[in-house]
Amino acid sequence: MAEAVASNKTIKLSITRQDNANSNPYTEDFEIPYRPNMNVISALMELQRNPVNAKGQKTTPVCWESNCLEEVCGACSMIINGKPRQACTALIDKLEQPIRIAPMTTFPVVRDLVINRERMFSALKKVKAWIPIDGTYDLGPGPRMAETKRQWAYELSKCMTCGVCLEACPNVNDRSDFIGPAAISQVRLFNAHPTGEMNKDERLETLMTDGGIEGCGNSQNCVRSCPKGIPLTTSIAAINADTTKHLFKKWLRS
Amino acid sequence: MAGNSYYYRKLHSLLGIIPVGMFLIFHLVSNYSAFEKGHAGFIEQVEFINSLPFVLALEIFGIYLPLLYHGVYGLYMAYTSRNNVNNYGYFRNVMFMLQRVTGVITLLFVVWHVFETRVQVALGIVSHDELGVRMHEIATQPWAFALYIIGIVAAVFHFSNGIWSFLVSWGITVGPRAQKVSGYICMIFFVVLSVIGILAITAFTGAEFQDTSVLNQ
Repeated sequence: MAEAVASNKTIKLSITRQDNANSNPYTEDFEIPYRPNMNVISALMELQRNPVNAKGQKTTPVCWESNCLEEVCGACSMIINGKPRQACTALIDKLEQPIRIAPMTTFPVVRDLVINRERMFSALKKVKAWIPIDGTYDLGPGPRMAETKRQWAYELSKCMTCGVCLEACPNVNDRSDFIGPAAISQVRLFNAHPTGEMNKDERLETLMTDGGIEGCGNSQNCVRSCPKGIPLTTSIAAINADTTKHLFKKWLRS
Repeated sequence: MAGNSYYYRKLHSLLGIIPVGMFLIFHLVSNYSAFEKGHAGFIEQVEFINSLPFVLALEIFGIYLPLLYHGVYGLYMAYTSRNNVNNYGYFRNVMFMLQRVTGVITLLFVVWHVFETRVQVALGIVSHDELGVRMHEIATQPWAFALYIIGIVAAVFHFSNGIWSFLVSWGITVGPRAQKVSGYICMIFFVVLSVIGILAITAFTGAEFQDTSVLNQ
């Protein structure tokens, strides 16, 4: 068996832990047996099976969140060797050791690597990132969407609310209430939809208030960090254009 | 902060280009006359500016108030950013950090520069015709000359990179290619305007700026 052959090889992990939301973070080192084709999740599962740290002391298993294991749900985002990314696609063989793992700092820590991404979901509610089609009767088919538009809009729909862009953004922090790149890109997505477009101004106006699109300082870390390759800075600039047009429209036509 | 930060931020962005940025171009180009035409040419520029109608109103509403707003709100913006260049050493992130650093340097430099020149004129210590001599006194001190070079380069960088982000923030350059091209143009502009500014301040070190007697011919 391959596992037996590689049995004396190990993986070194250095994990930033926190016992609860209010306690202080600390670092705990681990050394686990190597198996081929592991990712950070399977390494964490190994700690779950055998919660012993590098000093050989029994400890509590490290907590984390994960769901899909194929980088589409966004639940397992954490900082791995300094960069925010999904643990499921962080392959052990491609990581420098000791692998430093920490929770993302932009979000409140619940325990160990478990964070609360509530602010992202609140942001989606705030900008109404949906298409209102519910009614008391059948509204019939909506307007058609051009295929060329659908193609780029599909790229925006890949957002999994993972929080990596907020983590990388220098303007999303405790001193600012900037909504972050993800929600702005979702406004572009839903404003591009022929039915969603009917509520376009509402979404733009939300972004033209405190904590809205003005919080962007063009550091462009978001687009460099997005695991799904979403053109976030293009979305932000496009919404900049739309909010500017809306601003003048409001001034000149009211 | 009270009110809507969207408008505060948009006003900050606009004022940085019009009128503050426009004034910076005018100021450096008009001082370039010191390099091109010497002391007499410089004084001619000073006299031209002072012959403009409503010159004090132009100064207050075209320079002082916009600059004050841009500077103070800019400090607040710099405070609300937490730079993370160590973790994300990408080009645009470095420019983001430099925009804030040069903004603070420029604000400090401008306060000092205005105190040494315009405030001295306002207090009656230096007359308009003596500004060339005043600049000569400043520029011939090596430490002050060095600070001027730093101040000019910081101000021009802040303006050039500011044009780039103005174009993004108002939705003029949207796609990555447009933003790349505008980035090159802004950096060429940075180099050209810096050279103009440095030549101007260097010109003031010349001996002909020692006294105003040359002007009375």
